[in-house]
Amino acid sequence: MLAEMIERLLDRNLDDTAQAQARSGEWLPQLWSEVEEMGLPLALLTEVQGGFGLSFAEAGEALRLLGRHAMPLPVAETMAANQLLANAGLPLAEGPAGLARGDDINVDGVRLFGRAERVSWGENLDCLALAVGETLYRIPRSGWALAEPGTALNFHPRPSLMIDWTVDASAALPYCPLAAGATVRAFQIAGALEACLDLTLDHTSTRVQFGKALQKFQVVQHELAKLAGELACATAAADLAGEALARGDLRGVAAGSLRAREAAGNGAAIATQMHGAIGFTREHRLHLYTTSLWTWRDEFGGQVSWAKLLGQAALDAGEAGYWPMVTQL
Amino acid sequence: MSAIPFPAPPVDTDAVIALRSEFRAFLDQQLGHRTPRQRSDNWYGFSREFSLAMGQAGYLGMTWPKQYGGHERSAFERAVIVEESLAFGAPVGAHWIADRQSGPSIIKFGTDAQKETILPRIAKGELAFGIGMSEPDSGSDLAATRTKAVRDGDLYRVTGTKVWTSFAHEADYVILFCRTSGTPADRHAGTSQLLIDLKNTPGLTIKPIIDLAGQHHFNEMHFEDAAVPAGNLLGQEGDGWNQVMSELAFERSGPERFLSSIELMYQLIAMLQGKDSDAALITLGRLTGQLAVLRRLSRSVAGMLQNKQDAGLQAAIVKDVGAVWEQVLPDVARTLIDAEADPRSQKAYAGVLANIVHNAPSWSLRGGTREILRGIIARGLGTR
Repeated sequence: MLAEMIERLLDRNLDDTAQAQARSGEWLPQLWSEVEEMGLPLALLTEVQGGFGLSFAEAGEALRLLGRHAMPLPVAETMAANQLLANAGLPLAEGPAGLARGDDINVDGVRLFGRAERVSWGENLDCLALAVGETLYRIPRSGWALAEPGTALNFHPRPSLMIDWTVDASAALPYCPLAAGATVRAFQIAGALEACLDLTLDHTSTRVQFGKALQKFQVVQHELAKLAGELACATAAADLAGEALARGDLRGVAAGSLRAREAAGNGAAIATQMHGAIGFTREHRLHLYTTSLWTWRDEFGGQVSWAKLLGQAALDAGEAGYWPMVTQL
Repeated sequence: MSAIPFPAPPVDTDAVIALRSEFRAFLDQQLGHRTPRQRSDNWYGFSREFSLAMGQAGYLGMTWPKQYGGHERSAFERAVIVEESLAFGAPVGAHWIADRQSGPSIIKFGTDAQKETILPRIAKGELAFGIGMSEPDSGSDLAATRTKAVRDGDLYRVTGTKVWTSFAHEADYVILFCRTSGTPADRHAGTSQLLIDLKNTPGLTIKPIIDLAGQHHFNEMHFEDAAVPAGNLLGQEGDGWNQVMSELAFERSGPERFLSSIELMYQLIAMLQGKDSDAALITLGRLTGQLAVLRRLSRSVAGMLQNKQDAGLQAAIVKDVGAVWEQVLPDVARTLIDAEADPRSQKAYAGVLANIVHNAPSWSLRGGTREILRGIIARGLGTR
């Protein structure tokens, strides 16, 4: 139901022109107001919190669709930020929101001062769910200025922000915003890989070389099989991370997030190779997904920090405790 | 939408959680004394004693009807037993094939007499089976089978050669895939399956095929006018192709195809205690993430089997991705620890590493080569 609404919305409002506008850093106000009208920013909240009370599967499907369409707005972040704010008992965002950790930010009495690094669409957000240590702050737009421009690999703006704000809303941190961000990114990665597989199957069935469709070549079939495997892993990885986040298990979030990040790189490489030169251009839609996959796989804590967290857990579990630990992820 | 769907795996019920912990205690009690090197043999360890203990404790034939000695438990519960057995490096060889594919084939196609005589003994852990499919000229291309069985009164007279039969020298039976009419040019037509009593078939000789590790698991089975009672026909004469495809589905849709080298992971973790580096942590983290996701996919397959869904395509993906994980592990370990592997070493790490390096190449060959699996997946994507 929600999935159909998202599909309809994006079919109507998200064409190649809109994607190009987003790539040049332009905010898409019309698309955002449609997103808000649908209630998407509240989609991860329970009914008590004012949301849809979606099942886990429905929420995952909605997040995957954002990836499947390379949604050029911070919708997934806003969904995750609102969930975090709601769980902390803080007011929800009144527009697009971001998620960040800022452990180098100074907390001096009631004044917060310091940088939040590389926040997607940071200048266009209504508020920021910012964790410093074990505290979550809800920072309104008036609480930051541009510190340094930045651009993501998919050419969406990702500036660093200078926070200077007198605290009026904070709460104990329910869970790490990086875990929430990494989890929604895992779902988006799975969605973008679905699009990559569809585009690659389409291309290899219509493109004829040496007298036959590419996908009649065994070597191409085997690459398609590997791509399907990466997609299966990314999808399962996102679900694993999502379930782990819901029970507050950072190791599980790490496991799912890591495998989704790997699938992003592996899958984008296969899809591009199978498209040949056209996949390397902006003339074909594939680049919307590959550049987003390369963006998302490095955000909200990179591969290194998540891998170290999970690797330490494996080491701590030890030789005999490793398998029991794996069965709890 | 072309993605191959993996439904969410069933949630562990209290019964499943209890079964897992009860079975871990059983394994520890039965096998706690074994060395890492022994555990690293994983599913190619063979112990009649252990299989009998498994049978006695009710862990074999778990999903089968009680009428035939089974326990009528769920496919998901069976998957827990299988997964925990492999994670513990249990020597499952004396019941592995019988429990996984031969027994289910007999339930599906066997006569009442076959079911009554054979199934309860498999469930007790008394009967070991081998696989009688591959031939010298017929590996992945099973339809090229040449072994011939000619009806002669109350007997079939069998002539031909089967290869790669694990544990034929120790097992009790194989299900033989053979031709009962026509020639290999007829492909799928004219093929049948026969139950072969390995200990009691005149005209059958079994010779070892030593693998590159110097180990004797494989055998060549040579049938020369071997006499097999006609009552040992499994299913219908001439329906062998459908039956053997069904048997392969039991073999391939197992949820367990990624744990062959798990002992090396344990030993790697043991070696890294106290000398961990960022590189070590990052590597362990990535391997663990990959393993956790494989396990989730595998549990999804187990859930599909439980719901009587066809999981052939999903299982092919798990095995394809899983075999890469199993096989890459020794190479990844080599990036973290300088060690010269030694197949006769008493040291855990060097011995386990040697065993894994030696055996890893077979994991993308057995039960469908990587190339065959990728072909199956590609067909599932609609490419041919």
